[in-house]
Amino acid sequence: MTDITPPKDPSRLSLALQSDFVYQFKRSPVAVVSFAITLILVLGAVFAPLIAPYNPFDPASLNLMNGFSRPMTPNAFTGDSFWLGTDDQGRDVFSTILYGMRISLFVGAAAVAFAMVLGITLGLLAGYVGGWTETIIMRIADVQLTFPSILVAMLIFGVAKGVTPVEYRDQMAIWVLIIAIGLSDWVQFARVVRGATLVEKNKEYVAAAKLIGRTGPAIMVRHILPNVLSPVLVIATISLALAIIAEATLSFLGVGAPPTQPSLGTLIRIGQGFLFSGEWWILLFPAVTLLALALSVNLLGDWLRDALNPRLR
Amino acid sequence: MTTPTLSIRDLTVDIPTRHGVLRPVNGVSYDIAPGEILGVVGESGAGKSMAGNAVIGLLNPPAHIASGEIHLNGTRIDHLKGDAMRRLRGKDIGMVFQDPLTSLNPLLKIGDQLTETMLAHLDISAQDARKRAIAALEEVGIPGAAQRVDSYPHEFSGGMRQRVVIALALCAEPSLIIADEPTTALDVSVQAQIIALLKKLCRERGTAVMLITHDMGVIAEAADRVAVMYAGQLAELGPVREVLAAPVHPYTDGLMGSTPLASRGKDRLHQIPGAMPRLDALPTGCAFHPRCPRAQDDCTQDPGPRIADGAGRAACFHPITREAVA
Repeated sequence: MTDITPPKDPSRLSLALQSDFVYQFKRSPVAVVSFAITLILVLGAVFAPLIAPYNPFDPASLNLMNGFSRPMTPNAFTGDSFWLGTDDQGRDVFSTILYGMRISLFVGAAAVAFAMVLGITLGLLAGYVGGWTETIIMRIADVQLTFPSILVAMLIFGVAKGVTPVEYRDQMAIWVLIIAIGLSDWVQFARVVRGATLVEKNKEYVAAAKLIGRTGPAIMVRHILPNVLSPVLVIATISLALAIIAEATLSFLGVGAPPTQPSLGTLIRIGQGFLFSGEWWILLFPAVTLLALALSVNLLGDWLRDALNPRLR
Repeated sequence: MTTPTLSIRDLTVDIPTRHGVLRPVNGVSYDIAPGEILGVVGESGAGKSMAGNAVIGLLNPPAHIASGEIHLNGTRIDHLKGDAMRRLRGKDIGMVFQDPLTSLNPLLKIGDQLTETMLAHLDISAQDARKRAIAALEEVGIPGAAQRVDSYPHEFSGGMRQRVVIALALCAEPSLIIADEPTTALDVSVQAQIIALLKKLCRERGTAVMLITHDMGVIAEAADRVAVMYAGQLAELGPVREVLAAPVHPYTDGLMGSTPLASRGKDRLHQIPGAMPRLDALPTGCAFHPRCPRAQDDCTQDPGPRIADGAGRAACFHPITREAVA
């Protein structure tokens, strides 16, 4: 038998750059633009302390005289100029947006991660084990689906707030928010993973894995999980946009991020009080940022769904 | 006489349903000696695969073994549960599935799948396992095995993949291989290669093979003995040459008559009239009697003699005697 020597393996990076996935991405203007916007916003949030001209959380740096400065116009009293103006307390709106986005993105990403871990675990269990386990998990999911998720999140948030001691409330608020949004969002992960697991578990490679003596958990994690991940990726992206909006909604309603750690939703809540007194910029700029963030992440998720599903091409 | 690798005694598989209990395998008995290839043939739904799945303990609930015994290398295995069964079946029984497209995990390199199996059952290091994986791939005729070990299943053709599956089944050095229609998904030229490979490797290692198929050609090519199944029962059991050349059970005779042969010329292909009965509507007496050209009154009353009880080669009241054919 002759040995065939294949050409030297190309590096992983060059393989990735030549993949269908990257090719599809480059050919889709929507994907490129929304990816660029997402990237800029995320980088802005991550490097907020370096980019922001002011630290809006440092009371010492605030000057009440700077309050209600118009965008790009020098303040009447101090002569300071702010790109996007200031709010009632003289905080630079641009800086608060950057810091607010940090909290919005962190809460959104952590909530999705939490929902994902919970949903994947329960979905795999339901799909693979079946029987009573499946019935119990999926009926809980069905019941939860009958309530609007924002209501579920508010319920969890309210209960959690009730049981945490007053002095920790502000510190815990962010984590409670993450758990509340995560718990209201695990159902779709569980449903999709369960469905995909039902398909995969009847394939012969799973029988083969059983045959070599792998235990149930090992088969679920090593063999089934990687094969059900691509729909999960799509849902995770779209869920991220939804989680950011959910967080903003909760914060807007005053039950989310506290004013000491304002997220985009908190900023919008603060801003709406000034809309009709003429200080439109306090509301408009955080709102536009939230819109851009949620929309671009959502469009990216849509594109990802099409790109990962060859049948939709 | 040496201990047979696999010994099935009076195996019965039941599936309880709303409409009563279905019995896809009904009192089947046979042995497979070390290094022997037993072909199991029959129409779709005859219980061939069910019997195979019962042996490895992969029956899907609610199907279960209702009675009978399965012995592997002299140890009874049919009542083993959970951990004991898991340890045993990977080590001592290998399986080659029908569809090489789905029997390899598409997201794992084939080398990883091979080493996973070996590490689970053999006391060797990861490096040794990798070396043995490469050796196993070479043995089944994968060119450039040292490079190919890091390939994914989709980088192989169907025939190559089935070779990998065979390597996978053999790598833990089992004493029995169950090959459930290993060539059905392959084209004819590749079929012959795969069968020859399976035959060669099992001869060399003394591995017993249960070859489940409905292809008489594959049986003729590979098997030493053949078990013909009909409606969950064993119809005929004997050395492959005798059974194929001079079938004794009318059903086997019908099967042989319906196999296209180049030597038979342009005559119309013979058919067995009717279809196999549904499991919930088995006729009384011999299950084959409504389709049997040799059926007589007693066939409609009594289930007929059974091979295990000493009926000889065929479970039939009125077996074809060679004089009658001649």
